[in-house]
Amino acid sequence: MTTDVEITTAVSSQFPSAAPRASADCPAFNVPATEAIAVLQWLRDRQGYDFLMDVTAVDWSAEQSPRFTVVWHLYSGTKHTYVRVAANCASDTEPSMPTASGLWAGADWHERETYDLLGIKFTGHPDLRRILMWDGYPYHPLRKEFPLAGLPTEISDPEIAAELKEGVISAPMAGGPFVATPGEPMSEAEPRAKDEAWNEHNEKPE
Amino acid sequence: MATDAPELTYNSKIEGELFVTKADAAINWLRNNSMWPMPMGLACCAIELMAAASSRYDIARFGAEVMRFSPRQADCMIVAGTVTYKMAPIVRRIYDQMAAPKWVIAMGACASSGGMYRSYATLQGVDRIVPVDVYVSGCPPRPEALLDALLKLQDKVKKERSLSKLLSA
Repeated sequence: MTTDVEITTAVSSQFPSAAPRASADCPAFNVPATEAIAVLQWLRDRQGYDFLMDVTAVDWSAEQSPRFTVVWHLYSGTKHTYVRVAANCASDTEPSMPTASGLWAGADWHERETYDLLGIKFTGHPDLRRILMWDGYPYHPLRKEFPLAGLPTEISDPEIAAELKEGVISAPMAGGPFVATPGEPMSEAEPRAKDEAWNEHNEKPE
Repeated sequence: MATDAPELTYNSKIEGELFVTKADAAINWLRNNSMWPMPMGLACCAIELMAAASSRYDIARFGAEVMRFSPRQADCMIVAGTVTYKMAPIVRRIYDQMAAPKWVIAMGACASSGGMYRSYATLQGVDRIVPVDVYVSGCPPRPEALLDALLKLQDKVKKERSLSKLLSA
């Protein structure tokens, strides 16, 4: 992968508020949320970063402030290089960010996914609905405080709510998620050692 | 057989041999041997389901080759894959649209129990929303396992009291 070495100085001379961001691969910048769209548009129109690869966000956990960072990845079809732009959301409880769907139509679904899973409201988005979870789901599952097993909730469809008497339940984790931990003896580190599911060796818990 | 009106009697030379059976056996025989599946292919199990229908495994040997994508024309819903809570209302609605008698095969770990998807988005077993007749283990199950499930289902259907169910319905 080639790297666009001149982009760092070009961005900092054009946008004095942009700061270089630690990155292991492509050039990356932290920009204020208010300037994010201007930076993205300038990168697209002036620097040839014509393709929006991804829009996502980071939740730095409830103890951190700023808590949410929105991240854009851009690719240049002429230079064949990537650049990453990140902007912190001003609010930790009601995070929002201006939409990039006016610049790239493809941002539409990326932003809906980021809204669905992390709860970041993209202001100016034409149709900011959930895209993966069902309408009316009360949580944002990729937030740090949300458990992998899920939280009990209602399901909005009346037909299925009658069948699912208890509604949406937390999934039985049974010792999971089953990931290996480094540094232990193999017998304890392997995922199967953590399995608490009931089987011929383990009694079903009451 | 000598009678005054031979045309009114049963002539086995013309009409073949006569069989006597129970209505249950006859009805179940008909249902067993043309079990039309509704392929509810939701994940990778659907690939094995397709393999079971194709020439190597050939589910047609057991009379279940007519995969119907209309629930009105299907007898047996094969839930092949991960059922999410978002998909659950659709699965249930399609089950409700199938005409009775109807059966359900939960194919694979996900459909049977949620499988490896112990997560907030996945229904932990399709038996929470539809009555399941046969569960198939495997991730995904081999086509032979699905054929075995079909045979198990046929055994189950053979024992049903179909006539009394029909009359009481």
